[in-house]
Amino acid sequence: MTASDGTIVSLENVAKHFGAVRALDGVDLRVDPGMCLGLVGHNGAGKSTLMNALAGILAPDRGVMKVHGHDLTDRYSVAVAGQNGIRCVFQELSLCPNLTVAENARIFHPSLTGWGWKRRAGDMIAGKLDEIFPGHGIQPDDIVGDLSIGKRQMVEIARAFTVTDASLHLVILDEPTSSLDAVTSKQLLDFVRVEVDQGLSCILISHMLGEVLDYCDRIVVMKDGLVVAARAGAEFNRDTLVAAMGNVVEMEEIEEHEAREWQRGKTPVAVEAKTDTGNDWAPFIAHKGEIVGLAGLAAHGQTRMLLKIYEAAMRGRKTATVSGPVALVAGDRQTDGIFHLWSISRNIGIRSLRGMVRRGLIDPVAEAAMGREWQDRIKIKTPDMNDNILSLSGGNQQKALFARALASDAEIILMDDPMRGVDVGTKLEVYDLIRDEAEKGRTFLWYTTEMDELYNCDHTYVFRDGAIVADLTRKELSEEKVLQSSFKESA
Amino acid sequence: MTLIKQLSAKAWIWSFIGMVLVWLVTAIYTGGKGSADVITAALSFATFTVIVGIGQMFVITTGPGNVDLSIPSTISLSGAVAMKIMGGSDAMLIVGFLASLGCGLAVGMFNYMLIRVLRIPPIIATLSSSFLILSTAIAYGRGLKIKPPPLLADFTTAQVSGVPVLAVVIILFAVVMSVVLNRTLYGRAVLAIGQNMRAAWLAGINVERIRFMTYVLSAVLAAICGFLLSGFSGGASLNMGQEYLLASIAVVVIGGTSVAGGKANIPGIWGAAMFMFLLVTMLNTFGASAGIRLIMTGLIIVAVITIAGGDEPQR
Repeated sequence: MTASDGTIVSLENVAKHFGAVRALDGVDLRVDPGMCLGLVGHNGAGKSTLMNALAGILAPDRGVMKVHGHDLTDRYSVAVAGQNGIRCVFQELSLCPNLTVAENARIFHPSLTGWGWKRRAGDMIAGKLDEIFPGHGIQPDDIVGDLSIGKRQMVEIARAFTVTDASLHLVILDEPTSSLDAVTSKQLLDFVRVEVDQGLSCILISHMLGEVLDYCDRIVVMKDGLVVAARAGAEFNRDTLVAAMGNVVEMEEIEEHEAREWQRGKTPVAVEAKTDTGNDWAPFIAHKGEIVGLAGLAAHGQTRMLLKIYEAAMRGRKTATVSGPVALVAGDRQTDGIFHLWSISRNIGIRSLRGMVRRGLIDPVAEAAMGREWQDRIKIKTPDMNDNILSLSGGNQQKALFARALASDAEIILMDDPMRGVDVGTKLEVYDLIRDEAEKGRTFLWYTTEMDELYNCDHTYVFRDGAIVADLTRKELSEEKVLQSSFKESA
Repeated sequence: MTLIKQLSAKAWIWSFIGMVLVWLVTAIYTGGKGSADVITAALSFATFTVIVGIGQMFVITTGPGNVDLSIPSTISLSGAVAMKIMGGSDAMLIVGFLASLGCGLAVGMFNYMLIRVLRIPPIIATLSSSFLILSTAIAYGRGLKIKPPPLLADFTTAQVSGVPVLAVVIILFAVVMSVVLNRTLYGRAVLAIGQNMRAAWLAGINVERIRFMTYVLSAVLAAICGFLLSGFSGGASLNMGQEYLLASIAVVVIGGTSVAGGKANIPGIWGAAMFMFLLVTMLNTFGASAGIRLIMTGLIIVAVITIAGGDEPQR
C-alpha cells in the first residue's frame, strides 16, 4: 500500500490486551476518503478500544498502523492523530466542565491566539453548531457543566468538525446519538452524510442499527475483539446485521411483546406529581405495576420530573405523592452513577446494603452473592466482579447500574434515559426484565430519547419546555404524535 | 481484587517503612542507647495525634474541600472546660468527661450548621469557627492552672513494662474505627460520598446526615483528645492544640488516605503518627537546630507523600 492510493487510515492485525481480556485480537480496518464507515457490535466487542487506538490514546500491543500510507505504528499519539486530521468524539464526553463552550472549542485550535480569541472561538463553535444542529439553543459563553448531557454531546460533536489550520480527514463518532433525541440525531446524521459526500470520512459507532444501515457506505461488525464481517452497507439489512453480530434474539420479538393488555387505573396510584411550570396538560400519574414513558425532545423537563419524584420519596416531601421506596438508574453514568474507586460488585450492592447487615456489619458474602447473581441475570461481561468498575466497557457499566436498581428493594424505579451505550441484545433482555418486574408489581418511570423504547410503555407523557403537553395511552402512541406534541408551538 | 488490595496495602505500608527506617537511623546514631525509650515516648505522643487523625480522616474522605481546621481550638476548649469542672477531683471525672463530649458535640454541630445552612465552604467554616471556639476557651481561661484529677493523670501516663496503657486503648479504638470504616453502612456511605456526592445521593444515601455525623465525629474526637491530653500534660493550656492542626492532616495523608476523597485507611494513621514523632526525635538527636529541623521535617513529609501517593485513582 502506498501513499498514492489515498487511504486515510489502515490497520493491520492490531491487538490490544488488558490482562486476560482480549479487547482487540488482531483487527484489520481501512478507511478511504469520502466514506462513512459503520462499526457495530455488542458491548465489550472492542469497538471503543479500536477507536481509542485510532485516536492515539491507547498504543496497540502489536500490529501495523498506517496513516495516509505512512507507517506510524511506533510514534502514534493523540497529537500525531490531530496533525493528520483525525478527530474523535468520545462516548465519555471529553469537554472540561468548568470552561465555557468557546473555551472548550479553543483547546483543539492552538492557532487561535491574541486579542479576541475567545470571541473568534465562540463564533467558530456557534457557526458549526448552527450548521449541524439548527435551533440548538447553546450560547458560546455557557459553562459546559451547566448544560444537559445532550447539549454537551452536541458541543463535543460540533467541536470535532471545526477547522482552523490543520485539515480534517476523519472524524470518529463513538455512539454520538445515544444522548441525542430523534430530531438532533437526524440533524447530525444528515450533516455527516453531506460532509462525507464532500470527501470527509467518518466512522460511526452506534447501537442503533437503523442509523448505521441508512447512513453508512460500509459496515464492519465486531465481536470479541475481532472483525467478523465487513461489507458494503447496502448488502446488509436489519436481520443479517443482527445475525452477523451473533445475536440469537429475533428482532420480531419487539413486536411480539408490544401489546401487553393493560387496564389503566385497576391498580392503586404509585406516583402522582406535577411539574413546577403549572402548565401541565395533565398531572403525571403512574399506577402500581405500570411502565410509564417520559417522552419529548431531550432535556425538556423529563429528568427534572424524575428528580422531583426521587427527592419527594427520599426526603418525605409533599411535592409529589410516592407510595414506596424508589431507585434511580442514571443515564449520565459518570456524573450520576458509578463510584470509580469501587469494584463492580460494590457498585451494584450500594443501594441494597441495608438488607445485608448482620449484627451491625455488612456481610461481604451477601454482597458478593448479589454481584454474582446479577452478573448472570444481566450478563455483565467481566472475568471477575471484584474488578474495578472502570474495567468494564460503557454499556456494561450501564448494566451494572441497572443491576443496582433492580436488585434493590425499590418498588418504583426511575430510569433517566438509561440505555445509553447499551447494545441491541442487552436492550431486549433488559426490556424483558423490566416487563417481568412490572408484572410482579414494580412501577417503572422511563425517560427515553429513543422512540422505539416508548413502545414498551403502557402510558406515555410528552414533555416540552418543562411541562407535560400530551398524555398518550399505548394505543394512541405514535412517533408522529410524540413529535407533533414536542414541537407544537415552535413549529 | 488482588490489585486493589496490593495498592491499598501499599498506601499505608510506606508510613510504617518510614517509621522503622527513622527509628533504625536514630538507634545506629546513638549506638542503640535509649532506643526502647524512644518507642515508648513515640507511642505516648502518637496516641493523641491518632485520635484527632482518625476524625480528620473521616472528614477528608467525604471528598475534596472537606477538612476540619477547628480541631486545635476544640482540643483547647475541651481541655479547659473539663479541667475547670473537675477542679482536680476524681469524683468529678465522669462529669468532666461528659462536659468534654458536650463541647465536641456542640462544635461539630456548629461547624456543620455553618457548612450546610449558611453554605460556607468547610475550610472557611471550620477556620472561622475555630476563632470563636478559641475565644470561648480564653473567656473560660481561668481553669488553665488547675491540675487534672490524679486518676486521670495516672491513667493517661500509666505504662506496663514500657507500653503506655493509653496507646493500647487507642490501638483497640483504631481497630474498631477500621471496622466502622469498612464494614458499616456509615463507613460505606462516607467512602461513596467521597467519590461522587451526587451519585451517592442518587444511590439512596442520606448525604447530609452522613456529613453531619462526620463533622460531629471529628469534633468529638478532638474533644476527647483535649480531655486526655490535659490529663497527660498536667493541665490544660490555650495553645496545647496548636501542633495538631497540621499534624492531623499530615498523618492522614502520609497514612495513605486520598485527599481526593473516597479512599481511606486507618492503620496508616498510626504509622504516620509514629513516623512524625520519630522523625523529630531523630533530628533532635543529630543536634539539628530548630530551623533545620523544620526544613527537614517538611522535606521528608513531601518525600514520603510523593512515594506513597503514586497510586492516584485513574480519572
